[in-house]
Amino acid sequence: MAANFSNSLVRWIDHRLPVFSYLRHAAYDYPTPKNLNYWWNFGSLAGISLAIMIVSGIALAMNYTPHVNHAFDSVERIMRDVNYGWLIRYIHMNGASFFFIVVYIHIFRGVYFGSYKSPRELLWILGVIILLLMMATAFMGYVLPWGQMSFWGATVITNLFSAVPLIGESLVTWLWGGFSIDNPTLNRFFVLHYLFPFIIVSIVLLHIVALHRFGSNNPLGIDIKYPNDTIPFHPYYTIKDAYGLGVFLILFAGVVFFAPNFFGEPDNYIPSNPLSTPLHIVPEWYFLPFYAILRSIPDKLGGVISMFGSIVVLLLLPWLDRSPVRSGHFRGVFKIFFGILLIDIVALGYLGGKPSRGMYVIFSRLATAYYFAYFLVILPVLSKFDSSRLLPKSISTPMPEVNGIE
Amino acid sequence: MNNKNTSRRDFLITTTNAFGIVGVACFAWPFIDQMNPAADMLALAKVDCDLSKITAGQSATLIWRGKPIFVRHRTAQEIEKANLVKLADLPDPEDDSSRAQRPEYLIVVGICTHLGCVPLGQNPNEPKGEYEGWFCPCHGSQYDTSGRIRKGPAPTNLPVPKYRYVSDTVVRIG
Ligand code: HEM
Ligand code: FES
Repeated sequence: MAANFSNSLVRWIDHRLPVFSYLRHAAYDYPTPKNLNYWWNFGSLAGISLAIMIVSGIALAMNYTPHVNHAFDSVERIMRDVNYGWLIRYIHMNGASFFFIVVYIHIFRGVYFGSYKSPRELLWILGVIILLLMMATAFMGYVLPWGQMSFWGATVITNLFSAVPLIGESLVTWLWGGFSIDNPTLNRFFVLHYLFPFIIVSIVLLHIVALHRFGSNNPLGIDIKYPNDTIPFHPYYTIKDAYGLGVFLILFAGVVFFAPNFFGEPDNYIPSNPLSTPLHIVPEWYFLPFYAILRSIPDKLGGVISMFGSIVVLLLLPWLDRSPVRSGHFRGVFKIFFGILLIDIVALGYLGGKPSRGMYVIFSRLATAYYFAYFLVILPVLSKFDSSRLLPKSISTPMPEVNGIE
Repeated sequence: MNNKNTSRRDFLITTTNAFGIVGVACFAWPFIDQMNPAADMLALAKVDCDLSKITAGQSATLIWRGKPIFVRHRTAQEIEKANLVKLADLPDPEDDSSRAQRPEYLIVVGICTHLGCVPLGQNPNEPKGEYEGWFCPCHGSQYDTSGRIRKGPAPTNLPVPKYRYVSDTVVRIG
């Protein structure tokens, strides 16, 4: 056992419970490809965001009342009377947005560099499961302040399940614990909102176990061949991650202190009213692309299937893209379609926030069509025809064609 | 001999597992069912409405089981309009006469059958949509003067709750 820690207490503990060995292995010695770029910062940023959400959430929960008659007022009390309550709530509110920004970048890093390909399929699937749990958590959290958007967002989203054939209506009644969104719904959403982040933590641990099985992918997408292809995680990547964290925190603090309601909807500062739907309901920005897909299909069940389908294609990604080349860096044609996909998703996000009429509907349909075509047609076809350039022999072998150096 | 023993053991293991699974399922049910509406929720079943206060062309909104109920005192034109529509033109064909016990009073659950928003059209200053019934702001569903879906993503008509007239001017919903 490599338990040669200098501190004797640490040695004593580690001999009986090897937590320090595990940590050293995972965050210290862990051999990391030496060519990782800044896109590889977003994994650790996602972990830190999760920690920020849990710490700020627990503080909020100490002052929050999950009851339809008190929820809105208790959040206002947090904002006005509780010491630093405004800060903690703004951290939690905007923390959710930053968490999603970080995770979306993290995901599309993987889509570009082929991080989902063999042998990392399960690592990828665990990631998509984390995304789904995050979405559920954020959705239920947004219900808690019990404003107009909370109430009507919850109504529209829970009603998605009424599209399920045969059992739809009873399923929705079961989710609500009544015949409309009411106190039982708020109470259970609070409980689940508290619970889910801890389930996310456990899946994140599995995600890391799967990661360390084969090590990180890298921008070249080729396997590690020689020991000098890697460097130890500490100090090289701890310092790089710390630098990224600094940049992240500057941006985060900028929004928390100077534009705390930038991502929010003013309607959520109006107490919920079950008898009046706001004229324009929109979900939080991070759901807008999915909302656009939902609305682009004129059929209720079809819309719901497409919306969930847009995540299912992510789960299937390792089997849809059969190209043996991992990194998009070496796939010329792929790069073009990937670029269009990014623009397409931003466009979907924009369209999801617009009313569904006229040109908006037509563009939503086109954008939805491209989204699915990318995964179900373009990638499978490209895997056959993509003429990939020569791959370098190893991370450490210079490759003139690639690097542009002789 | 040996074979026989193995298969008897297999049988025992299979039955044990099967009973175990049934047992776990029975144990799980109370935990699933506790999320369904509780008895006090089911008990809030009835609400009365005094129709004499609603003049022709006016609407009232009541709350029944936490849901808005639309009561509209329809004008003669509105009733006629609802009756003139050909059933073949409706996404969810239903006769107007089967939707209102008395044609003057249309009573429907005021929840869009698409994703549950409350359609506009109860107040005089709200848009009623192209068919002069109700208009759902969320994704643009349009309902006619009989509360039937005419256009937009909603699949079915606004449902008619169970109700009966307890007197000439009072209707009881539930
Ligand atoms: C994955 C992590 C989490 C995410 C994405 C998340 C997201 C959210 C969101 C979007 C809101 C609504 C903010 C607003 O508009 O006011 C919210 C509210 C809330 N969350 Fe979380 N949350 C997370 C973790 C937690 C945890 C671990 C707790 C408690 C232990 C918690 C407790 C609360 C409370 C009490 C509120 C209501 C107060 C408020 O609205 O500001 N959250 N959450
Ligand atoms: S909820 Fe009414 S149109 Fe979608």
